[in-house]
Amino acid sequence: MPLLSVTDLKIHYRSRDGLLRAVDGIDLVVERGETVGLVGESGCGKSTLGKTVLRLVDPTAGRIEFKGEDITVLDQRSLRGVRKSIQMIFQDPFASLNPRQTIGEILEAPLIVHRVGDRTGRRQIVADIVAKVGLPAESVSRYPHEFSGGQRQRIGIARALLLNPELIVCDEPVSALDLSIQAQILNLLVEMKKEFGLSYLFISHDLSVVRYFADRVMVMYLGRIVESADNATLWSDPRHPYTRALMEAVPDPARPRQAAPLGGDLPSPSDIPSGCRFHTRCPLATDRCRTQEPEFRQIAPGHQVACHFADHIN
Amino acid sequence: MASLLQVDNLTIRFPRAEPVRNLSFEIAEGETLAIVGESGSGKSLTALALMQLLPRAAQIPNGRIVFGGRDLARLGQREMRHLRGREIAMIFQEPMTSLNPVMTIGRQIAEVLKVHEKLSGRAARDRAIELLKLVRIPAPEKRVDDYPHQLSGGMRQRVMIAIAVACKPKLLIADEPTTALDVTIQAQVLDLLDTLRRELQMAVVLITHDLGVVAQWADKVVVMYAGRKVEQALPDDLFNDPLHPYTRGLLAASPRLKHDFHYRDGALTEIPGSIVSATGETGCPFRPRCNQARSSCGHNVPQLIVPAADRLVACPFTTSIKAVPHAAALSH
Repeated sequence: MPLLSVTDLKIHYRSRDGLLRAVDGIDLVVERGETVGLVGESGCGKSTLGKTVLRLVDPTAGRIEFKGEDITVLDQRSLRGVRKSIQMIFQDPFASLNPRQTIGEILEAPLIVHRVGDRTGRRQIVADIVAKVGLPAESVSRYPHEFSGGQRQRIGIARALLLNPELIVCDEPVSALDLSIQAQILNLLVEMKKEFGLSYLFISHDLSVVRYFADRVMVMYLGRIVESADNATLWSDPRHPYTRALMEAVPDPARPRQAAPLGGDLPSPSDIPSGCRFHTRCPLATDRCRTQEPEFRQIAPGHQVACHFADHIN
Repeated sequence: MASLLQVDNLTIRFPRAEPVRNLSFEIAEGETLAIVGESGSGKSLTALALMQLLPRAAQIPNGRIVFGGRDLARLGQREMRHLRGREIAMIFQEPMTSLNPVMTIGRQIAEVLKVHEKLSGRAARDRAIELLKLVRIPAPEKRVDDYPHQLSGGMRQRVMIAIAVACKPKLLIADEPTTALDVTIQAQVLDLLDTLRRELQMAVVLITHDLGVVAQWADKVVVMYAGRKVEQALPDDLFNDPLHPYTRGLLAASPRLKHDFHYRDGALTEIPGSIVSATGETGCPFRPRCNQARSSCGHNVPQLIVPAADRLVACPFTTSIKAVPHAAALSH
């Protein structure tokens, strides 16, 4: 049984412009010990999907099973146990830390909510986790503004680890950090994964970070997964034109400059194109693409693509 | 190529700090110079100094910014206003905060034309449409009456570029112009900037933290750390053979430059600590984070040396190439 299994998940909103389909039918599995990278541009629904896994957003349709239990039907009370096992790390750690609480207070709060230990016991747990994430012991008596961006993200990671979770949803955890700090945080996440046997759902717009960090990668476009493969396969044999465009668009010092791989803008999720939702920007689009939505199908073991022409690309 | 802008020993001082110190660089007509560095490196303040848009608390106690025979650091407000937007223009990271939300984009473009080119009414509007066409905005005749919120992030940045190039400036300062944009849109906007650079023969100062952008778009690169220039090189040289320990650290830490490297193969190379450690440092600002630091690094700020043609580095210990002092190199 997979740790997390998402089936035909839909998250729709009513907006002034009509029905906004943020997530529009997604299947996703995270196995125990696995890191699944979820890549896509702004507005593709990746963050909404991440929040829904924690039930911070309620889905419109579909199932989210955590260790076999459908958590979409749980009430707030029963959710508590699940939330202990699924935690989240956010992009901007400063925005997610109360500026008027010390780090000690911030980190103790989840332990109180979940009734872990007595006061002395909780302080010990906090001290241990602070040391684990590489912060000085005196950090517990300081306030968030006294820390640099990288240190704040360490606090965010410490908070996520406190309750011994099994799955952590990381939403752009290094995007706000300087390059020299990114590597520190990525290394810390890897260490913690090994130490605590964690699984990650790692949401990012940065392909190079995902390439280093993920075991399996799913590429999202306008609310749907368009390609899914294990890390090595995706980079050696990408089959969806959008995946290829994303890869080509990353400026790479090792490669001469190319023309921008894609024209046009991302369509709005409240006005998703007919047929294949990528056809308005796809360099290979035909009449068929404009009318018939491609099936998300397996082209090799563990490699799925939603493109009519996936077999011919290469 | 003739020199267009020369920054000479620029220091920016605030009451309690000097976030930019003794910075020198030069940019030729039509050239793209990239300034890279992380937050706190002083790169954005440098850009603001070129525009003379520094916050009131800031002073320029020493140094010159020579543009067209004039020192911008000593130029009066009136004269600077005449230059700004006409000969030197700037675009910022977040186009939404630089555009007026209650004014159509057409009128915002026309504003520049009114001030600098004395165009008004129909003529200004026609020229605005022309400029929207120039920055490849589809259906410019319709878009000209749109408000900023009706446009996507990429389109807004195109509008900013249209305003910036409206008077065909000789120098465009682009401060993280694509950082807020998606990667496929970033490629389009960088393409556009480079096309305009060639068409309008303007020089571009590209301020960025993105090494990939630097490698593909710059003619020359300046690496800044804690307010100082620590290295300068042509992009190929910088990426093939970085000399300063900070540049080396950045390249080693970047997952983008290690294609087949996966977390199962090992950890990424870290630069320990953070830039905050440079505060109050008497010697080399990078010393607290440097893996090659020795005791002498704490004594003086290292001078820029010339390890090879077209290169400068502010570290005496990093190179095996025979080095000559900076001053000697300047004399030829």
